[in-house]
Amino acid sequence: MATTTQEAAGHAADAANAMLPGTDAHGSAVGMPQLVFETFPNQIFWLLVTLVVIYFVLSRIALPRIGGVLADRAGKISNDIATAEELKLKAKEAEASYLRALADAKAEAGRIIAAARAEIQADLDAATARADAEIAAKTAESEVRINEIRAGALEAVNVVARDTAAEIVAAFGARADAGAIEAAVAARVKG
Amino acid sequence: MATEEAAGGLAFHPMDQFLVRPLFGGTEIHWYTPTNVTLWMGLTVLAIVFVLVIGSRGRAIVPSRMQSVAELTFGMVHKMLEDITGKDGLKYFPYVMTLFCFIVFANFLGLLPTAFATTSHIAVTAVLAVMVFLGVTILGFVKNGAHFLGLFWVSSAPLALRPVLAVIEIISYFVRPVSHSIRLAGNVMAGHAVIKVFAGFAALAAIAPVSILAITAMYGLEVLVALIQAYVFTILTCVYLKDALHPGH
Amino acid sequence: MEGIAQLGQYLGAGLACIGMAGAAIGVGNVAGNYLAGALRNPSAAASQTATLFIGMAFAEALGIFSFLVALLLLFAV
Repeated sequence: MATTTQEAAGHAADAANAMLPGTDAHGSAVGMPQLVFETFPNQIFWLLVTLVVIYFVLSRIALPRIGGVLADRAGKISNDIATAEELKLKAKEAEASYLRALADAKAEAGRIIAAARAEIQADLDAATARADAEIAAKTAESEVRINEIRAGALEAVNVVARDTAAEIVAAFGARADAGAIEAAVAARVKG
Repeated sequence: MATEEAAGGLAFHPMDQFLVRPLFGGTEIHWYTPTNVTLWMGLTVLAIVFVLVIGSRGRAIVPSRMQSVAELTFGMVHKMLEDITGKDGLKYFPYVMTLFCFIVFANFLGLLPTAFATTSHIAVTAVLAVMVFLGVTILGFVKNGAHFLGLFWVSSAPLALRPVLAVIEIISYFVRPVSHSIRLAGNVMAGHAVIKVFAGFAALAAIAPVSILAITAMYGLEVLVALIQAYVFTILTCVYLKDALHPGH
Repeated sequence: MEGIAQLGQYLGAGLACIGMAGAAIGVGNVAGNYLAGALRNPSAAASQTATLFIGMAFAEALGIFSFLVALLLLFAV
């Protein structure tokens, strides 16, 4: 490298004016500037500096950060999907438990209705039975009283008939003994 | 040739834009002299810092525009490396990303009018390519030992053909850094030189509109080439890296 | 003598540029076949873009060599 710079210096010294390596007197390129070897150490040095700087900036700061952001995003998306899945499952579960509760409630209601109906039926039966019994008792009592009344009425008829017969007999001026009248009346009432 | 004045007053100096000049006057170019190479490489670093570091500063879950650019670049190179070399190549991701970022930003900055295209110089691209070549070769021998030489012994070919193929493979292996570096420098240099030649024609009023249209079209092509060449350089680096990590064909 | 050498340089550079036609055919072949394949099976196209660029790069490399030869003849001899 030292020799190339010396060469460049030599070229420059040879020319009337100091010229850039690889140029003519007008400052234009002679041939390809890419093949002017005096500039190679300079370009390679600055390229290596640039690459090292870029490498450290990227590997220390930029890449971990961007990679982290991308990983965070992927994690968040899969997390959100998992959460949504979970929520969906929960919603399904809630729906199932709601349906179950509904069915339970319906069954309970049916049971309550049946029980109430049975109870009412029992009450009704009991009341009917009591009423029947009461009615039967009252009927029997009435029967007794009707019989009594009937018997009383029969007795009264006998008495009235005997008395009437005795009066009639007396009105006719005849005397009749009580036993005969009674027997006659009894025969008549029976007949 | 470039310095000869053409008839009609047309002056073509398509190569002048590639001259390396000291920034602060003088004609001596020592290895430490700050030159336009220094300036444009420094701007490249600044651009990379601006997009990849400042752009991703927000660390937002929903990215801003600049962060999207940084993430797209990251994702593209990462996916390229992973697709080609597999999981064990991801260790070398910062290096590959450094190459890609440097080349793509240097190419784009070189397209600015009056800019100096650092990637048009053989010295620059040759260093990049030789670094890849040496790194990959050393890595291949460190990882696989003598088995790495199996890269040149095509075991799927008929036995009689194998020595011939081995010679061809060895030649093509050593040509890799040459084509790797010349492809990039050649594309960038050719594009810039062609634009400059068209610009020289613009001095004639009669054909100036055609020349300006041609410059516009070439410029569009060059924007495409700037990105594609960076992509190709990186993808070839990945392919060479794959050969070093998995030398079996 | 000088003039003949220069003539040879320019002729050689021009002849070297013919090599670029081969690279152009090669790159066009790669891209055309890729497109034909991609139209037949579009779902597989995206996974093969990397292969496309690698193939183009290899085809282009030989054109670059002829470009290099032309440049060297023009400027470096």
